[in-house]
Amino acid sequence: MKLLKFLLVGILFGIVMTKSEAISWFRIQEMFRFQSFHMYGIIGVAVVMGALLHFLIKKYDVKNIFGDVIQIKDKPKTYKASFFGGTIFGLGWAMTGACPGPLYVLVGHGYLIILIIIMSALVGTFVYGALKSKLPH
Amino acid sequence: MIEFISQPWHWSISGAMLFLVMLLLIYLGQKFGVSSSFQAMCSIGGAGKRFEYFNYDWKKHDWLLVFVLGSIIGGVIASTFLASPEPVQISTATINDLSALGITYPKTSIEGAGFLPIDVFNFEALKTLKGLILIVGGGFLIGFGTRYGGGCTSGHAITGLSNLQLPSLIAVVGFFIGGLLMTHLLFPIIFSL
Repeated sequence: MKLLKFLLVGILFGIVMTKSEAISWFRIQEMFRFQSFHMYGIIGVAVVMGALLHFLIKKYDVKNIFGDVIQIKDKPKTYKASFFGGTIFGLGWAMTGACPGPLYVLVGHGYLIILIIIMSALVGTFVYGALKSKLPH
Repeated sequence: MIEFISQPWHWSISGAMLFLVMLLLIYLGQKFGVSSSFQAMCSIGGAGKRFEYFNYDWKKHDWLLVFVLGSIIGGVIASTFLASPEPVQISTATINDLSALGITYPKTSIEGAGFLPIDVFNFEALKTLKGLILIVGGGFLIGFGTRYGGGCTSGHAITGLSNLQLPSLIAVVGFFIGGLLMTHLLFPIIFSL
């Protein structure tokens, strides 16, 4: 079953987020206060290894599980949206100490208050969808 | 083996494992980006009838919703079987800074895992202005900001930066402007409420 693979990768992600302590509100505070290298180390290693991967994929036409050559789409060049949206997300990231991935993982840890944060995030997404045409992109 | 995995992981191991998650998703024909799940959930809820942004075939994100479900299960497994013996060991400087804001840090794992300041994030706190701002306001900004900016930490900071995308670099600069502004200028105000 095709979707089962994604369930397993999701489980791995939940374990990795926990053991890396990236789900910790305190770790995010430490990061925004520049008082530890921990979070920078995690993201840095993933980015450097990822850069090598992207380089190799492009150079050698690597195929995915379906046998198709992997093509990684460029992000849309909506620079204003990246900047303003990114800044707004940054405010929320510091407040809740969690980006979307860790939010879900924390629910699994039994912190049910996170469900209120996720519901609020859905409201935020809905409001963005409603205002999209009026915002600079 | 379980005991070995249950220790907190060094950042280099954690980063490599996070890379592995991205690699697996790419190999399976998808990409690493969690915040699109918010768009899919709104679409499932019927928001596509009213706004174009949600009017798409959310089934193209079915894999992501399953991934999200997996990450919740991963959280259950990690907290049940792989819990660290000690709370998260954050720096003394951070503990001191936070204690000036009135946030206590768990000293032993009985007091907490050090994942969330539970004296701030609880259902009772929703009755206070501070709690409402941090929980409801914070969640709103995450949903609005990630969708406006076109991605969160996974899509921009990890996938986008490693693919040398300029929009992602701009977004990550934004993440830090917002995060630093909140932590250093707005937290002292919010936590005095």
